[in-house]
Amino acid sequence: MNFYKTLINGEEGLFKSETLTPMQKLTLRFVVVGLIYFGFVVTEGMLMRLYEVKPLPFITEPQFFAILTAHPLVGIFGSTYSIVCGAFLFLVPFLMKKPLWSIKLGNWTFILIAAGTFIFWSAGFISHYAPLYTLYWPLPADFSQFSVWGGTFFIVGIAMVMVGTALFIINIFKTITFTPEGWEKQRTGPLLSSALGITGFNNLFRKNKKEHLVPLPVAAVARGSVDMALNTVVILFTGVLILVYMVGSILGFDLKETAIDALLYKNWFWWGLDLIADGLVLIFVAGTWYLLATLITNKPLFMQNIARAALLVELVVSWTVWSHHLLSDQAQPAILKVVSGEMVTAFELITQGLAFFITLATLWSARPLKMTNPLKFLLGGLLGFALAVPAGIMQADVGLNRILHNTQWVVGPHVHVAILVGLTMTLYSAIYILFPILTNGAKIYSQKLANVHFWCHLTGGIGMGAFMGMAGLNGMLRRSIYSNGEFNVYMILAALSGTLILIGFLSFFYNIVMSVGLKGVLGIFSPSRIKTKDLLPAQ
Amino acid sequence: MVDSNMVLTGQTIAYTIYCIVIILLVVWFARKVTDKGKGKGVKPALFYTFVGFLTVLGVSLHIITYNTIPWSKVDLNRSDYKPDKAFNITVKNHQFYLPSEKMVINVDETVLFDVKSEDLTYGFGLFREDNSMLFQMQVVPGHRNDVLWKFDRPGIYSIRSTEYSGPKGALMIVRDAVEVVSKNATN
Repeated sequence: MNFYKTLINGEEGLFKSETLTPMQKLTLRFVVVGLIYFGFVVTEGMLMRLYEVKPLPFITEPQFFAILTAHPLVGIFGSTYSIVCGAFLFLVPFLMKKPLWSIKLGNWTFILIAAGTFIFWSAGFISHYAPLYTLYWPLPADFSQFSVWGGTFFIVGIAMVMVGTALFIINIFKTITFTPEGWEKQRTGPLLSSALGITGFNNLFRKNKKEHLVPLPVAAVARGSVDMALNTVVILFTGVLILVYMVGSILGFDLKETAIDALLYKNWFWWGLDLIADGLVLIFVAGTWYLLATLITNKPLFMQNIARAALLVELVVSWTVWSHHLLSDQAQPAILKVVSGEMVTAFELITQGLAFFITLATLWSARPLKMTNPLKFLLGGLLGFALAVPAGIMQADVGLNRILHNTQWVVGPHVHVAILVGLTMTLYSAIYILFPILTNGAKIYSQKLANVHFWCHLTGGIGMGAFMGMAGLNGMLRRSIYSNGEFNVYMILAALSGTLILIGFLSFFYNIVMSVGLKGVLGIFSPSRIKTKDLLPAQ
Repeated sequence: MVDSNMVLTGQTIAYTIYCIVIILLVVWFARKVTDKGKGKGVKPALFYTFVGFLTVLGVSLHIITYNTIPWSKVDLNRSDYKPDKAFNITVKNHQFYLPSEKMVINVDETVLFDVKSEDLTYGFGLFREDNSMLFQMQVVPGHRNDVLWKFDRPGIYSIRSTEYSGPKGALMIVRDAVEVVSKNATN
């Protein structure tokens, strides 16, 4: 097949979008949109990195900070949430061997996340609304610096994403507990108990172990979804609070900003936000590792009961760690700093280390394995978290935080390595393993490009984190601009690493487009011709 | 005397060694797991040992830093210490309002910086002439923001806001605002 034909029809013309079920199309739409938003994030990251080296003439300072505000939100909601929601809306019914409770609700989740992200991104792009994702009170309501209309659209966009997320959570729990037509009635209580890990936890102390009604990866999704639900409530509430001030300003009333206590707000906000960073990410990732390890090896998971119990512990840990973000806030009570900020946070080393070990032990039990794309990206993801979690534990220390807080150390070796290497490589592993299932047997166009993707992403991600970390240890702050080139050596090296990530992403994107063809990509977005609730087409 | 530079050097060495070890471990695993041979299960004892190791590591990190980083204890028990000098600083409209143009401190003095914000959330950090950080804290409106610091060597420090407070926040720098002089110099 020549280049042109492959570009239009995909590798060997194997991908035929008209054979896809509504569920396959829904999942693929999520993945495509998630990857497009990842492209936004990589481009924004590169622009900011170049700006840190030398201010670019076509970007003003307020625009730089607007990009800085949108960058993590587009990454988390537009890209990661899209891919994660798409994958889990497919995998939960797939593993439970029953249909999704509501495809319609799944479609609404897709529309709300995709459109909501575009709205808040555009609001930031046009109006330069830039209170950062931290929204430290009263900055988001400081209308002497930011446009009230821009802010209103920004918050509405975020709210849409949160509503989409809420619909996803409802769909997941209903799928776990509902009884499909023609099935024997399923009892909700035992299913929920298994999904939330209570059965697994009790099994640790029982002689006669109870059967697990819900597969382990589904239990991880359910438990991560609890954090996701709480986070949605916190962000929606915060959004409404900010909107009250915005609507007040539009109507000509200046509401008193001091009515809100800045420290209490910070505690509330970080409690909610950490349910993403330290809750659902770690739990979802652990669940995904377990799923990938069992799919790659075809073997049962090592220490399954412990893994289930650990997910329950992680859930409780994620509710009580937020204070590590307030170690530099001197009015924060010392007891909260030590217990929540240091001690409970250190538990994440144990829960994540445990997931790391269990995954490796499961893989080990099936050796020799073939170094496939899912396996190599899974190992990359494991390495990413193995590097990033200890970096986070270090900064969650009263003494070290005094000299690390808000430096590039926090956002480099911890945040970027966790997200870019740990989380994203895990998601890539899932995409590579699901690709033939979701496309009814389409082939990857080029293994060489997949290898380029892997090595560029891995070395670029670790390199970027390392050079940002070095800059941070030498005093470079995050969320700031150094116009005299004080940290240029590190920023140039980080930019080169970022270029590797960009090359890796472009290789991957090109590889996927060539695998399914342009006709196939467009076909994903047309309505499915097959009217079925089944996940896969009948053979 | 241990200062922030020394602490960060220790951290850099420890974390770099850790990174090299974990990368080599994953590379070794990747080679071994694809090598010829039969898969054997991992013994649970190894797993429990690993969990025990992580527990000891997680707890001991904070015990070690509490006992070796000089400002950790002071920071958690600030009210028990009497400062040799205190500076009251106000922040408003992205500006630091200092008690004097230059705040002069003697070597070995323990100084209290009490910083009050009248509008937004800011940061307060002292930076050396090579741009490395001496210390920082958050400055939250409506709350007391104070940090106690013992200066053990002469130096000149700039103040910089360490928290984002809008685009203007990046310009919140007061160059050479703090000077630490040896006792002989003031005599």
